[in-house]
Amino acid sequence: MDLGLWIEWIVKAIILIVVLLIGFMYLTYMERKFLARFQNRYGPNRAGPVGLLQPMADGIKLIFKEEVIPKQADKLIFILAPVITVIPAWVILAVIPLGSIQLFGRTIDFSLAGDLNVGILYIMAVTSISVYGIVLAGWSSNNKYALLGGIRSSAQMISYELALGLAFVGPAMMASSLSLARIVEAQSKTVWFAVLQPIGFVVFLVAALAEINRSPFDMPEAEQELTAGYHVEYSGMKFAMFMLTEYTKMIVVSVIAATLFLGGYHFPFLTDRWPWLGPLVLFAKVIILLFGIIWVRATLPRVRYDQLMALGWKVMLPAALLNVFITAGVMYVLGMIA
Amino acid sequence: MDIDFEANLSPDVLGEFAHLVSERALTGETMLLNMGPQHPSTHGVLRLLLELDGEEVVNCIPDIGFLHTGIEKNMEAKTYLKAETMTDRLDYLNNLGNNLTYVMAIEKLADLDVPPRAQAIRVLLTELQRISSHLVWVGTHALDAAAMSVFLYCFRDRERILDIFEMVSGQRMMTTYFRPGGLWRDTPVEFEAAVRDFVRYFPPRVEEYANLLTKNPIFMRRTKEIGHLDPQTALQYGVTGPMLRAAGIEHDLRKAQPYSGYELYDFDVPTHTDSDTYARYLMRMEEMRQSNRIVEQALNKLPLGPVRSNNRKYVTPPRSEIGISMEALIHHFKLWTEGFLPPKGSVYAATESPRGELGVFLESDGGPTPYRVHWRTPSFTNMQILPILAKGHLVADLVLLIGTVDITLGDVDR
Repeated sequence: MDLGLWIEWIVKAIILIVVLLIGFMYLTYMERKFLARFQNRYGPNRAGPVGLLQPMADGIKLIFKEEVIPKQADKLIFILAPVITVIPAWVILAVIPLGSIQLFGRTIDFSLAGDLNVGILYIMAVTSISVYGIVLAGWSSNNKYALLGGIRSSAQMISYELALGLAFVGPAMMASSLSLARIVEAQSKTVWFAVLQPIGFVVFLVAALAEINRSPFDMPEAEQELTAGYHVEYSGMKFAMFMLTEYTKMIVVSVIAATLFLGGYHFPFLTDRWPWLGPLVLFAKVIILLFGIIWVRATLPRVRYDQLMALGWKVMLPAALLNVFITAGVMYVLGMIA
Repeated sequence: MDIDFEANLSPDVLGEFAHLVSERALTGETMLLNMGPQHPSTHGVLRLLLELDGEEVVNCIPDIGFLHTGIEKNMEAKTYLKAETMTDRLDYLNNLGNNLTYVMAIEKLADLDVPPRAQAIRVLLTELQRISSHLVWVGTHALDAAAMSVFLYCFRDRERILDIFEMVSGQRMMTTYFRPGGLWRDTPVEFEAAVRDFVRYFPPRVEEYANLLTKNPIFMRRTKEIGHLDPQTALQYGVTGPMLRAAGIEHDLRKAQPYSGYELYDFDVPTHTDSDTYARYLMRMEEMRQSNRIVEQALNKLPLGPVRSNNRKYVTPPRSEIGISMEALIHHFKLWTEGFLPPKGSVYAATESPRGELGVFLESDGGPTPYRVHWRTPSFTNMQILPILAKGHLVADLVLLIGTVDITLGDVDR
């Protein structure tokens, strides 16, 4: 391995983390601002011009808050839980392809682990880990509301992971590869998989909302029922880490959706001509998806827990299976697979 | 580490409720969960002791009294007129309705006449109050189901009603605008334009909330067949208001024993037979539309004339008379120091509040202060039904059930 590669990795990793952190901060701002506009309010508008410094103010406030650890909590797990939740959310983004350019006489791939040939499997594996953080947070707090939140989330995330995984299968079959870069390439040759895989796309969006515990599936932290769910006992930076996870996951899920179904960094004609636009195109797609997620939150009531499970097992899973079946059938008929 | 079930059994946790939970709670098979009094969805300081099997409610034991303010006893220490200010604080979403009930009782006790203009304005404002109370209800009910935008839309529109209240009484909520024998004073000039503006503005807004909720599949699945209340139980528990009408019993005091001139207005009393949370939601939405109709009619035929009775033993004379009439000065002085002295006797007056039958029992011993005041508040009576509704449902439903009963803790605890 040459030194250039190492420097490239480190630079890219730092950029990625900085982008994610800033993304998290300004996603909270974006959500509050958009929600406010949906609801006839102004939203944050005091800190800085049009409230642009609000995320900084929130961050500073949370850093200086007292970290309360309940007397009867399991201290080690209580402290570890936010960390277990936050790390998977960050490392997923390593495999997202962002396009590449020629620079300094070498091909520079914008993404960190560029062309991991089992990219989809990696995403599946890593997302599954974060449920541990939530369950352990709920359990170690020694609070009944937190416990209920933790139980709910484990059941919910496990159920929806199946549908989510099966929704991944469609694009993987179409591209005949588990590598995200290949999937994006396949879409650049034909059309976006959202068009070719409408069922898969819808299943993915719904399952993704459940997977990241966003409204209308924000069961684990159902404010009205469980006060705050699994993170009810957390304060200060540990609480901020749960928020960090939630918003980072929103970004990550949008990135995955854009990559698998909306052509990723590729946009017809635009990125063919100017490949350096790749990350910006992806960014635009992600913003649109994030806007959708916020819009859903502003509009829909929460699904009840048992109805959520019924939806997951009785509707989403069969629909996803059906999608795989149809995809395989059509591909066989068209002679794309032997 | 596990949840300490032994702690559940200790007298400090269960206390006086030990006999109310099932056997299974005592063996730790079911979980006891304290919901409230500091919980975002109990609509105030209501404490519910829940016995849960998983997430299913086995027992729900309401514990009230956290907002007890001693209003009834306090009123006995004040003159009739001063005591009226306490009524604002009873059911803080139905201030004018409380005022109306109270002044109606005094008028009945003293056989006071009320000019027609005052009656019409009373109806108009009480119906606006009903709309504003139902707006808070729809908003919080939707918020309980986590549809949070509706809440803010409702509060935006409620603000217009509160502006009208402020216009007439100087106060947004603690109005004390209706007085024995009429009103505090006539409405200001801009009043009619403001109400007309609201009457036109409001109907499309109701449809806006309905668009967000009525046909929303998630909301329908959250509310349909939840909290069924059969009419027989409702009657046995003395449930009134939209809860009773959703069970198919058409009982509305505005129709059953019209007061304040309600017989002059053309409006429907919506009823439903499903008697579930969804039916009660539809009922209240329809009531808002009907109330808007009443407001419009009241506004269109608002009679001119005085707004206060001329009975100088109960109603203070206008200030202009004080300078020229000795009697007026004496009445003014007597009424504002000693207060009026209604005849001996007891009286019960009731109105249809947004929550049900709101009644007040007044006993007078002939003195300037009431001898006994008792409020029959709909929230208190209706809340008895909550444990029955909640049994067998999930915690998530319970939150909606608290909403569907539509309690105001100020009204429950007094």
